Amino acid sequence: MTMMSSMQTNPASATAAPPGDAGPISIRAAAFDGFYGAFQALKGISLDIPRNQVTAFIGPSGCGKSTFLRWMNRMNDTIPGARASGTLTLDGEDILARSLDVVDLRRRVGMVFQRPNPFPKSIFDNVAFGPRLHWRHSRADLEDLVEQSLRSAALWNEVKDRLHASALGLSGGQQQRLCIARAIAGGPEVLLMDEPCSALDPKSTASVEELIRQLRTAYTIVIVTHNMQQASRVSDRTAFFFEGSLIESGPTETLFTNPKSKQTEDYVTGRFG
Amino acid sequence: MSAPRSAAGRLLANRAFLVTCLLATNVAMLVLAVLLISIFWQGWDTLSWKFITSFASRKPSEAGILAPLMGSVWVCSICGLVALPLGVGTAVFLEEFARKSRFTRIVQTNIMNLAGVPSIVYGILGLTAFARMFGALGTNVDEAITLGNEESLLFLRLPFGSSVLAGGLTLMLVILPVVIISTQEALRAVPGSLRSGAFALGATRWQTVWGITLPAAIPGIMTGAILSMSRAIGEAAPILVLGAPLLVLETPTNLMSDFTVLPMQVFNWMKRSKASFQEIAAAAIIVQLAVLMSFNAFAILVRQRLQTPLQ
Repeated sequence: MTMMSSMQTNPASATAAPPGDAGPISIRAAAFDGFYGAFQALKGISLDIPRNQVTAFIGPSGCGKSTFLRWMNRMNDTIPGARASGTLTLDGEDILARSLDVVDLRRRVGMVFQRPNPFPKSIFDNVAFGPRLHWRHSRADLEDLVEQSLRSAALWNEVKDRLHASALGLSGGQQQRLCIARAIAGGPEVLLMDEPCSALDPKSTASVEELIRQLRTAYTIVIVTHNMQQASRVSDRTAFFFEGSLIESGPTETLFTNPKSKQTEDYVTGRFG
Repeated sequence: MSAPRSAAGRLLANRAFLVTCLLATNVAMLVLAVLLISIFWQGWDTLSWKFITSFASRKPSEAGILAPLMGSVWVCSICGLVALPLGVGTAVFLEEFARKSRFTRIVQTNIMNLAGVPSIVYGILGLTAFARMFGALGTNVDEAITLGNEESLLFLRLPFGSSVLAGGLTLMLVILPVVIISTQEALRAVPGSLRSGAFALGATRWQTVWGITLPAAIPGIMTGAILSMSRAIGEAAPILVLGAPLLVLETPTNLMSDFTVLPMQVFNWMKRSKASFQEIAAAAIIVQLAVLMSFNAFAILVRQRLQTPLQ
């Protein structure tokens, strides 16, 4: 149980900054370049992602926002030819360091994908997968942890009677919330979400968005989205990417109502993209 | 220049294609039916418990198939127990661990080629490598190394000679490429999103393979195993080359025992001119089909047992 308690007494959650204000920094990028082979996908990104807030990445397809997200938990390691330079830190620790333990990084930085990807296992085993990778739990502790995670993901009431049924029998929205439960069961500090609602119907989207707003108190959340209404609904801060560069970032309201850059204004008002 | 295609013509072509396909299917079914009916017609009367539990004899009425039956069971068990871990291990390495390099490409191409090599060639390889061990360790009658008592279950000697172990390992060589290729296909069919999901939770490659990829690929792997075992159990050529004796009057007691297998016995009886030998050969084929089906039933059982959480 030590792990659960440490998750809940996350010091940052007690001192959550008001929305919009930068507050303490969780992930910091400075002059960050990302490459696929010879192609430069990210150009000189400098961005601070504050703790316990929701930061949305917006921008047209191919602008590099998902690529940037996948560097934050080093998922790009699996892609041959992907490399990066510059600064990218989590709580001051270099994410790009060769000596970094990627397994531990990914425990601290959870990820939710575009399409729900539950494992072909029971609901219980899906949520317990992460904790089982990193710790040896007693059965009772594991059951507690699974329940807590499912409650945090607002799924407990829907699945508590069929924890040992296959996760593939859930609806799309439930599957995505299960993936969120699975990501938070390992006790991460940061949650990365790569267009988490793009494969969901409007009702499921609403439930996932509601969940994101709730999770903000315990986790730093970075969400990539194509949907600008979604960005304005769920995020505290927004960053606009275009052709591999970060054009503008700031409090969501400012970025949508009073953008500094002409490009941002054109994009958020729907004139292009 | 574009003239309309007549609806009647297109419908006719459609129907003609359907009839052709149906015909092809029925030809296959017909051949199988003729085969089964003729075998059962000839062999069913001879088939008895006594036939299964007695040894070979010069008199067809007293001959049985106990020795080849047990030989087949031993050889195929050894073959499966060695080929599955080796084949699945190789496939997991190639699909999940190895980076695509010149080395893995060469290995891959060679596995493909090996799958097409006639089984008799593997027989020669098995004879050289397992039965004689390149002549480096004495001859079959004068072994270099013996371990344990000849009567005990754990008796081992080098070289293996024409023993069940040499037979099983030789058949293992025959089916190994097929096991590797079918396992690779099964692993490739597992969606990449599941691997990403596991990696993103901090799983190592090993944890991902063991926890996610292999369980999801089990049905495909077992299907490949069934097909390979069916092939192994029907092979006579490599066993013939190994120098397995034609007349065996005891069942194997350890890995070094002499043996014969069902296809060898069938071959042996079939080439006799007397009609009664043809009948007992047919009966032996029925037994072989039964053994094959029980192997397959076992594999299907394993598949379903391991698949339960998926449902």
